[in-house]
Amino acid sequence: MDTRIELRVDGEQRSLTVDTRTTLLDALRERLGVTTPKKGCDHGQCGSCTVLLDGRRATTCLALAVAHAGSEITTAAGLADGEELHPVARAFLEHDGLQCGYCTPGQICSAVGMLDEAEAGWPSSVTEHGEGGAALDESELDDEEIRERMSGNLCRCGAYANIVTAIREAANGSGR
Amino acid sequence: MDFLRPTSWRDALEAKAHHPDATPIAGGTDVMVEINFDHRRPTSLLDLTGIDELASWSEHGGKLRIGAGLPYTRLIDELGDRLPGLAIAARTVGSPQIRNRGTLGGNLASASPAGDGHPPLLASGAEVEVESVRGTRLLPVEEFFTGVKRHALASDELISAVHIAPATGAQQFSKIGTRNAMVIAVCTFAIALHPERQRVGTGLGSAAPTPLRAIEAEEFLSGELADSGQWDSPRPLDDSVVRQFGDLVARAASPIDDVRSTADYRTHALGVMARRTLGWVWDEYRNHPSSTGRPECA
Ligand SMILES: Cc1cc2nc3c(=O)[nH]c(=O)nc-3n(C[C@H](O)[C@H](O)[C@H](O)COP(=O)(O)OP(=O)(O)OC[C@H]3O[C@@H](n4cnc5c(N)ncnc54)[C@H](O)[C@@H]3O)c2cc1C
Ligand code: FES
Ligand code: FES
Repeated sequence: MDTRIELRVDGEQRSLTVDTRTTLLDALRERLGVTTPKKGCDHGQCGSCTVLLDGRRATTCLALAVAHAGSEITTAAGLADGEELHPVARAFLEHDGLQCGYCTPGQICSAVGMLDEAEAGWPSSVTEHGEGGAALDESELDDEEIRERMSGNLCRCGAYANIVTAIREAANGSGR
Repeated sequence: MDFLRPTSWRDALEAKAHHPDATPIAGGTDVMVEINFDHRRPTSLLDLTGIDELASWSEHGGKLRIGAGLPYTRLIDELGDRLPGLAIAARTVGSPQIRNRGTLGGNLASASPAGDGHPPLLASGAEVEVESVRGTRLLPVEEFFTGVKRHALASDELISAVHIAPATGAQQFSKIGTRNAMVIAVCTFAIALHPERQRVGTGLGSAAPTPLRAIEAEEFLSGELADSGQWDSPRPLDDSVVRQFGDLVARAASPIDDVRSTADYRTHALGVMARRTLGWVWDEYRNHPSSTGRPECA
């Protein structure tokens, strides 16, 4: 069954017709030509299709397009401020946080979402257990926290060491 | 494929009554995998994410009522201090992206023997609230699971909420898998101390066709602790008590060999996890007998 939906993608209002079965990832890539999010596994395991969906990181292969009619979607491409790269994207470049680059748009969206979550004080499974909902001091975002909080994004090139460095740098640096 | 998107719970129940074959979808982290891989071709989907009340929680008569559609991330953030065992388990589900969308209701309805939400619910004696246009039922969580990926829902019923008492004593959860993120558990174990009732609760995952309690182990340990007056003046536990508890937990399991592990390994591991988590919760209880269950270590 075809349905007409509206999406706001990287600041632009888009209108499209999708079959109810279409995932948000396929709607973006195949219907709108927005190829920033990548399809790695199509079942939620690799994170390469991650975008910010209404501000929160989500894997678009596990979302139905029709269920998100009217949503605001930010891909890695939409994070830039004009010609100015987002600080997280810049850190990935400066620290060689990539090799082939396939996982990178997902890594960057995930990192941006993750930094927001950390700022809001959400604990992870390596945050001192028992703190419950206690706020997390940003300075506590050490490598172990970063690795755990980025565990939903795989990199087949194994660029992890530099990805962690880039995110640590972006977390502690200015411009955020 | 039809797509139904009710915006109120009443409408959702009506829709399920009219389309009993409709597949509910909450976070979609189980349903979408099946659709993408063509393991399931629903004739219609009933999207529950437009119902705000399903993604909320409240408190009634000393119990928490967790809406079936509350994502793990919010459960951890908003209820983690009062439901430490469930929060520890929820933090191990999938990945951050999965936890931003996945729900306890979806975990229950998938009824996987490996669902990480189930053992802590068993250990705390939680109840599942299910509803249809015909009315509401409250099922003890162990009665909700009827077999591998099978549950007690009738075709017109939906899960509305989980009822669970906030922790009154220490709680723990332990999971074995090849890595932390995105693995289906080899086996899991949850324990909860209930000092007000002088009871110990347990829950085992990936240990049998359904998640289950180790009832003999619970009886044994609750009895030992009560007989020796340990709830009032806790002392370090005798090794023999800890060992017996681990053995009884292992004996409650009837695991299988599969691609993730062997039955022998699972049985052995459950005993180890039971002893270890008992050590953690008992240490905490000895140090803070009146604590509200905030774990100090994991
Ligand atoms: C990469 C990945 C990793 C995962 N890792 C884990 C893990 O570590 N531990 C774990 O336990 N699970 C894991 N899962 C499975 C899944 O994330 C959980 O089971 C989750 O809790 C499902 O919730 P959901 O809201 O996404 O369910 P959905 O996919 O929306 O639904 C799941 C099932 O429940 C039914 N349903 C949903 N809501 C209701 C309701 N209110 N009433 C009646 N039926 C309903 C649906 O019809 C469907 O059958 C993983 C999944 C993925 C993709
Ligand atoms: S393509 Fe979505 S997580 Fe791999
Ligand atoms: S850079 Fe190649 S997959 Fe990550």
